[in-house]
Amino acid sequence: MNLTVPSSASVSVQDLSLDFGAVSVLKALNLDIAEGEFVVLLGPSGCGKSTLLNCIAGLLDISDGRIFIKGRNVTWQEPAERGIGMVFQSYALYPQMTVEKNLSFGLRVAGTSKDEIARRIARAAEILQIEPLLQRKPAALSGGQRQRVAIGRALVRDVDVFLFDEPLSNLDAKLRSELRVEIKLLHRKLKNTMIYVTHDQIEAMTLADRIAVMRGGVIQQFDAPPVIYNRPVNRFVAGFLGSPGMNFLEGRLEDGKGGWHFAADGISIPLSTYGFERNPVAGSAAFGIRPEHVALNSGEDWPFSMTAMVEVVEPMGSDTLVWLLVAGQKFSVRVSAERAPAAGDTVTIGFDPMRASLFDGEAGKRI
Amino acid sequence: MSERATLAMPVAGADAAASDLAGPRGRKPRRTLSRRNIILYGTLFVVAVYYLLPLYVMVVTSLKGMPEIRLGHIFAPPVEITFQPWVKAWAEACTGLNCDGLSRGFWNSVRITVPSVVLSIAIASVNGYALANWRFKGAEVFFTILIVGAFIPYQVMLYPIVIILREMGIYGTLTGLVLVHSIFGMPILTLLFRNYFASLPEELFKAARVDGAGFWGIYLRIMLPMSLPIFVVAVIIQITGIWNDFLFGVVYTKPDLYPMTVQLNNIVNSVQGVKEYNVNMAATLLTGLVPLLVYFVSGKLFVRGIAAGAVKG
Repeated sequence: MNLTVPSSASVSVQDLSLDFGAVSVLKALNLDIAEGEFVVLLGPSGCGKSTLLNCIAGLLDISDGRIFIKGRNVTWQEPAERGIGMVFQSYALYPQMTVEKNLSFGLRVAGTSKDEIARRIARAAEILQIEPLLQRKPAALSGGQRQRVAIGRALVRDVDVFLFDEPLSNLDAKLRSELRVEIKLLHRKLKNTMIYVTHDQIEAMTLADRIAVMRGGVIQQFDAPPVIYNRPVNRFVAGFLGSPGMNFLEGRLEDGKGGWHFAADGISIPLSTYGFERNPVAGSAAFGIRPEHVALNSGEDWPFSMTAMVEVVEPMGSDTLVWLLVAGQKFSVRVSAERAPAAGDTVTIGFDPMRASLFDGEAGKRI
Repeated sequence: MSERATLAMPVAGADAAASDLAGPRGRKPRRTLSRRNIILYGTLFVVAVYYLLPLYVMVVTSLKGMPEIRLGHIFAPPVEITFQPWVKAWAEACTGLNCDGLSRGFWNSVRITVPSVVLSIAIASVNGYALANWRFKGAEVFFTILIVGAFIPYQVMLYPIVIILREMGIYGTLTGLVLVHSIFGMPILTLLFRNYFASLPEELFKAARVDGAGFWGIYLRIMLPMSLPIFVVAVIIQITGIWNDFLFGVVYTKPDLYPMTVQLNNIVNSVQGVKEYNVNMAATLLTGLVPLLVYFVSGKLFVRGIAAGAVKG
């Protein structure tokens, strides 16, 4: 167990466990977040990401482990003492109070002077551009405005760490992408540490300095978005990120005369360009490659190429997804809309295994 | 991906434009005198008459003099309207040694109902809030015991409570009765408040905690202002329940302090002298007036309260 607090860490979670009776929700979880970093906790429903955030906020009592914020051990402290501000999915604005009273509630509870409250509200309202709304009740605000007020409530309290619990999930797609940009700008302006929970991979990819992908109460991979996307540590992470998802071919890893190659039902993919994570062992494996890393009728020379028949074509506007059968398994290729073939066409596909990910057959770990 | 397991070819869209040009268009016509409406409103009318007729007879009888009542036309409206029975019921009717009518019982009932309602709702709302939001150790057990308490018949507890009140030195006083009413209101009211507070978004409670508010701060500044509708409901339940109570009133007080219901019974059921039907009817109407008023007044408030509480987010 690491007993020292990394001095650069803004938030440090050490061996955190949480049990509800016999159910273990978080399992000896470790997470170090640097000062000013934007970290996204990403995972499917029930993976424990919101629970972890609630533990950091102090809204849930943990079973074991420690939590440090700005070098202080806050494990037993009340939420208000931890120097955190939280933005909730439902905004959680107090419906009977005006926007101004909503913003000042925390300060009034803490007994801040009137002048100071007015000063801080003016600052937050200016940053978030909600000055005209200060005297309105939450019911008279749009979803985006409510979200801004909710962020403002954390802002006025001058906290070290911002916690976001799926803050954009209640908004429509257009507003969501707008506010996503605003949150990013806000982070650049404030330079606070921010922890952001979401199940939306686009939000995670666009906002995060680092993403922690969670599953079953365990962090699977904690790294920068491009690393998570291009070099997933296991099959779960590979399959969870990316839309449309990564293609997986089930087959075997074999050591032949041309070096290591991946073999599946009539095809053999040479792996001379693939960067192995660990020493390969012959046996069952899965070969994963993203639809955009496969070229269709490119005419170029690829380390691996083959012909296949187009089964279905899915136009998605900006580009088109082409479904084929490769080695008897479903396989998708992403092409620009104008180059899309028709169903029934025979096409040539090619790719470089350098862009691929290999996972072993049993644990699904990256090879 | 498994969702794309079937690679079926998309079927070309059918020609949706082909439609029956002569077909119906616009709003579907409805007949006012349909069979459904006749049955519906007929049933409502019959039921309404069934409930209103006794009330009508009571009002009419209370406005008649005794000679007119003896004619026996109970449905006939009064030939000569007199308010004398009402005056007598309120200020002159005799029960036991007192001959100051129902007025004494009325004020007793007020002095019983008001503190009981305030006390029981104050305690039960805090109970419900603690049970819904602060899941303390043993909360589930506490709640179960409370709910079981709601199903134990009152009669079982009558005598033990007499002894408890006697030992506390408040047997036969209004304080004792107020205490009994408050305790017996606890299970149902706590359940009511717990369910209401549990239905409020949990994130509001969390947000208030992050903002630094404590147990009482959250209750008084966040929860209470959002709870007008449920408080109105609780007030209705308690006022009507306590005002209409007979059993506790007759067991735990003495004649000077009898609530209105007990006194009404004593007036109506007195065996001496002539039965004054008009006075009895007036006395009964007077006693029922308070719960009736509560329904009419708070019914409006209730709807307004729900509308005010209906805030998204």
